[in-house]
Amino acid sequence: MTAAFILVCSVGFLLMFFVSYCRSLLATSSSVALTQEVRDVTGITSAVAPDDFSRVIQLLQLCPDRPEERGRIRTVSAYYRFLGLIRSTTAAAAPSLKSWADRERAQCGYFAAVVLGQRIAFSRDLLAQQMLP
Amino acid sequence: MPGTMQYVVWLIGALLEAAVVVCAIKRSAFRRYFFLNLYMASEVVASAIRFEILQHYGFTSPNYAYFYFYSDALLTILLFLVLSSLYSEVFRELNAERYIQMGSVVLFAGTALFSFAVVEQSSAKLLSHFVYEISQNLYFVGLVLTYILWAAILKLRETRTRLIQLVLSLGVYFSLYAANYALRNLYPSAEALFTVLNPLIGCFLPFAWAYAFWKLPEEARLAPAGLAVSHR
Repeated sequence: MTAAFILVCSVGFLLMFFVSYCRSLLATSSSVALTQEVRDVTGITSAVAPDDFSRVIQLLQLCPDRPEERGRIRTVSAYYRFLGLIRSTTAAAAPSLKSWADRERAQCGYFAAVVLGQRIAFSRDLLAQQMLP
Repeated sequence: MPGTMQYVVWLIGALLEAAVVVCAIKRSAFRRYFFLNLYMASEVVASAIRFEILQHYGFTSPNYAYFYFYSDALLTILLFLVLSSLYSEVFRELNAERYIQMGSVVLFAGTALFSFAVVEQSSAKLLSHFVYEISQNLYFVGLVLTYILWAAILKLRETRTRLIQLVLSLGVYFSLYAANYALRNLYPSAEALFTVLNPLIGCFLPFAWAYAFWKLPEEARLAPAGLAVSHR
């Protein structure tokens, strides 16, 4: 009985902490403005759409990998999939949940676009270093 | 005996734990988060001793089982000290540290007594079951305390990004462990699966903390109200 109670509560707390933790990761990128170059590459003209994340991640995979970013990207990707699951299941019954999930998914897309900008800058630095005599 | 994959996960976990201490020293945060670093350093030492015992006595030996669960219980107590120090950090300006320390001791003693009482009524193998039961209960109490700390952070509008991420990742870690131990208690026949999950869960906390120390400067700030789970 105690174990079942602990299990149910733990899963509830886990979801709450996981969402808050992922939002804290996303918040660190929300203050960074997207460069024109990133906008041109991704085709993001004004606001990031909820479905942009997967496309931006594909673009990210074309750039040289930075090991220190891997964990963050994986965590946000897991959060994006979790939001997709919410959107396609419980959100049908609650429209406000659907719009919340879409806003969060757009935030994930913005985060990926910021990381893409950092990777482009990193690749450019790498190239510049190789060009030096 | 654990397979190659389990050894790899174990090694990654130990390296990440060492990385937390290194990152904290590099970012001049070792003293500020002393108990957190002490906990991570103790985890590395415990991993090394566990490995040594495993090599000498084997995975199914009582020596390994006893050392594993007792060191786990001791590390959980240390993790409580980490939580207590995070409380002190959040409530520093209110000068409430003494009350927090007293509260932590009372809660810890209460959990230990409760676990002992539960085991005493139901088990013949008192000591080993006590350690098992206390781990589940301590992780759950730790989880509830982390939730209260998170509520305090929201209420007090704490803005330090690093501190917020340290607390949130601790919350994720406690939830995963509490759920894992509860599942073990509910389904003892599937214990092998939950044993494999343990080191995987264990990798999350040092990874998140190393990231918080390495990537987030102490001056970084964010609005915690935007992080609370709300879909309005």
